Amino acid sequence: MANQNLRTETFPAGIASVGLGTVERQISADEPPPLPPNSELAVIGKSFPRHDGRAKVTGAIRFTVDVSLPGMLHARVLRSPMPHALVRSIDIAAAARQAGVRAVLPIATADDPNRATVRYIGAPVAAVAAVSLAAANEALHLIRVDYQALPFVADMNEARNPGAPLVHDETTAPAGHPSGFPAAPNLPLNGNVRGPAIARRGDVTQGFAQADVVVEGEYSTQVQTHCCLEPHAIVADWRADGLTVYMSTQFTTGVRHELAEEFGLPLNRVRVIVDAMGGGFGSKSSLGDYGRIAVELSRRAQAPVKLFLDRQEEQMDSGNRPGTWQRLRIGAKRDGALTAISLLSYGTAGVALGAGVGFNAEALYSCPNFDGAQHDVFINAGPGCAMRAPGNTPGAFGLEQAIDELAERLAIDPLILRDRIDPSPVRREERRIGAERIGWQRRHAPGADPGPVKRGLGVAQSLWMANVQINSACEVRVMRDGSVEVLSSVQDIGTGTGTVMAQTVAEVFGLRPEQITVRIGDTEFPAGPPSYGSRATASITPPARTAAWRVLQSLLREAGLALNAAAEDLVAREGRIVVRNDPSRGMSFAEAAARLRTDRISAVASRSDDYPGFRRRMDDAALAQQDLGGVQFAAVAVDTETGIVRVERVVAVQDCGRPMNPRQIESQVHGGILMGLSYALFEERILDRQTGRMVNPDLEHYRLAGPRETPAIDVVILENYQGNSATDAYGIAEPSNIATAPAIANAVHNAIGVRLHSLPMTPAAVFSALGRIPQRS
Amino acid sequence: MLNTTSALIAAAQPDNVALPTVGPDAVAIALRVNDATRTVHAEPRMTLAEALRGPLGLTGTKIACNRGACSACTVWLDGLPVCACMILAIDVGTRRVTTIEGLAQGETLHPVQQAFIEHDALQCGFCTPGLVMSCAALLERTAAPNADDIRAAISGHVCRCGTYPHVIAATMDATKAHKG
Repeated sequence: MANQNLRTETFPAGIASVGLGTVERQISADEPPPLPPNSELAVIGKSFPRHDGRAKVTGAIRFTVDVSLPGMLHARVLRSPMPHALVRSIDIAAAARQAGVRAVLPIATADDPNRATVRYIGAPVAAVAAVSLAAANEALHLIRVDYQALPFVADMNEARNPGAPLVHDETTAPAGHPSGFPAAPNLPLNGNVRGPAIARRGDVTQGFAQADVVVEGEYSTQVQTHCCLEPHAIVADWRADGLTVYMSTQFTTGVRHELAEEFGLPLNRVRVIVDAMGGGFGSKSSLGDYGRIAVELSRRAQAPVKLFLDRQEEQMDSGNRPGTWQRLRIGAKRDGALTAISLLSYGTAGVALGAGVGFNAEALYSCPNFDGAQHDVFINAGPGCAMRAPGNTPGAFGLEQAIDELAERLAIDPLILRDRIDPSPVRREERRIGAERIGWQRRHAPGADPGPVKRGLGVAQSLWMANVQINSACEVRVMRDGSVEVLSSVQDIGTGTGTVMAQTVAEVFGLRPEQITVRIGDTEFPAGPPSYGSRATASITPPARTAAWRVLQSLLREAGLALNAAAEDLVAREGRIVVRNDPSRGMSFAEAAARLRTDRISAVASRSDDYPGFRRRMDDAALAQQDLGGVQFAAVAVDTETGIVRVERVVAVQDCGRPMNPRQIESQVHGGILMGLSYALFEERILDRQTGRMVNPDLEHYRLAGPRETPAIDVVILENYQGNSATDAYGIAEPSNIATAPAIANAVHNAIGVRLHSLPMTPAAVFSALGRIPQRS
Repeated sequence: MLNTTSALIAAAQPDNVALPTVGPDAVAIALRVNDATRTVHAEPRMTLAEALRGPLGLTGTKIACNRGACSACTVWLDGLPVCACMILAIDVGTRRVTTIEGLAQGETLHPVQQAFIEHDALQCGFCTPGLVMSCAALLERTAAPNADDIRAAISGHVCRCGTYPHVIAATMDATKAHKG
């Protein structure tokens, strides 16, 4: 980049509650000027209601399950009742003859050895498209499959034994992605174990030798399922002139690429649409088996095909948060300074990869010596996938309890210990605010309450990446009547993405957000980012502001001609375009738009690099220089006579760069906390190790925290400016989920004086920890 | 949810009445939905939720678990909230069905709907119609519900986005608007 295309600008920097300073950045000449802090803005940083709120409370908004096309067929999938089997034959003749059936698709075809093996109960075997759901269901019963049972293993510890039945062989075992997610590439395979993935710095042997105190503990976490309320759903419409897919997806752009590749179509013949999507939490990130099945059925039947999973399929075959086991050793000097951390982990994502415990232990605290070895173990169970802060959520349950235990051994308050070993100034401020709000000074010694109901306070921290999708673009249009549109293929997973886009554009034009029409969730528009990795806001609001700013320059030129003023002397505010130093000279925004030479003007902008550069870049994705923090405090009451843990209060102090819409952020943090509370106390996929079958594939025996289990929640959002982009905004979804379970676990320890090492913390687990019932072997 | 669907059906059907045998083929079923009577041709096994979403085109009512465990499909039968996935369309009889589409008075939203928007008591929005119907029903039958009443009224609803705190705050606020 030539230097004459750069300019130097001064940006607000720092944490608003501590005191703002400035930072200078060299930015490209076509970037908008620095955005002042929220206190000086009219629209950004304010809690405007969602642009689609009315459509959502009236039932008018269209989800994928609501899409109905003329001539549309309904599909159902036949799923394996066997945890591991070779399909010797599939007889579809009777199903194909059934009235109303339009296409039958064998999937686990016997002639293809790679596809003929089913490896978990619920794996797709065949599929049917028929004129009604009932007809499709009936046709499934007519498909005859000849299975040859193979030995299987449905328990992680058994799967690690030498001689355990093999889930995969070298050719079928997932090997990891080049980008490192869900696992690093080229890791060795030994039996059912893929790994270790090694991370090292310094010399842990020396580090432990220097330690005055060493704590060691083992922690395990259960499998959690996503439980999106809207099931995984697709309507595929294959036509001679191209493929249109309506899909409940977190990533329209990505699904479009997958479809093009899978079905040999050029990108300009593939369109993916999602108006509203009913939750994803990581499980709707890609096309998936069900997506491929629906498109293939549509191609064969030459008609639109709708396929959505029922709740049992959702629970068994739409992904899950893998179960994990980890052993942590931490060495420290008497003053708390860490000398060594070692981490060993095994986890299972069923037949898939991605069961690590993240990077908390490696990166949350200053420690010169670290040694991590993480392993994936294959078992015959449905594939895991990313779920709200994958890795770090189960990982933090271990690390943050281990740090608490270290504090106890050192007789240092857990917050003071963290002040000494956590280098983040952001989390330091978050601890200070949170401690005040929860009343940390009243925290007593572990187990000190005299009665049967014992109360306790706990704290835990989170660490997450500030992700950015470089391949993110946005178009802003101004019409001659003064109406405005913002367009991108980015989808709204439920976080309010469209609303913050409208706010961003409104701020530039001096309009109200409700004056901006939001058109998103359609690959006909400029390519937007995925709604995963807490990156949508960080990726799409900067190009939204940049595109709006570029359009505004054209509008100001037109207005300037009429006002006899230079464009650079004009500003847009409160619905008007006025001369900065003489606001009496001006015209309304609509009057300025009416002067346009053409019916509409528009600009497309893409996501620039963060101004100070990225820490790392992998294809379309990048990591910002800073991390996302977050500190959560929990107050619990443990009834030692029933074993029931009740969370009475949670205080969450979080950061996400510039908060764009505080109330929407608060909503998301509520969600992160409740998902974490539910993980801590209730949720568990129960897999029968004798049969490999999930025994609670529903929403009544798979227990979720509900309104009665919802504690008082206090959310504080820091304004943390860094001068990184045109909006300086980052994500919140995942960081808000990481610290909840360990904060509750630390509070339980503070209440009863005994530490629980596995999730969920059920009454039985509490009784067991209290020594009231014999330990299960 | 205060009334189970089966209790409602039992209350509505006197003993000793021999019901005619129908099905398995489609039969005509008249339904009073949102103050209009409409006839659908449906197999007797079709649930009310399926009838609303399919032949009646009222897709605001959502199906998430399809067995009464999540309350996403909540509609009113004679003003009482029930899971529409747990009652057959043919069993509805002459009772008035109110769905999310029928809650607002023209352009004027029900106070609960308005409060849900103002308090951001929704995220993805999939469970929202059901929650709105339960909270609005509570307001219709209880003079001044407190937070515990609201918790009781919405227990049984599953919201994976975790909107419960804002739902409770919104409904408290709507109470004021409703009375005021």
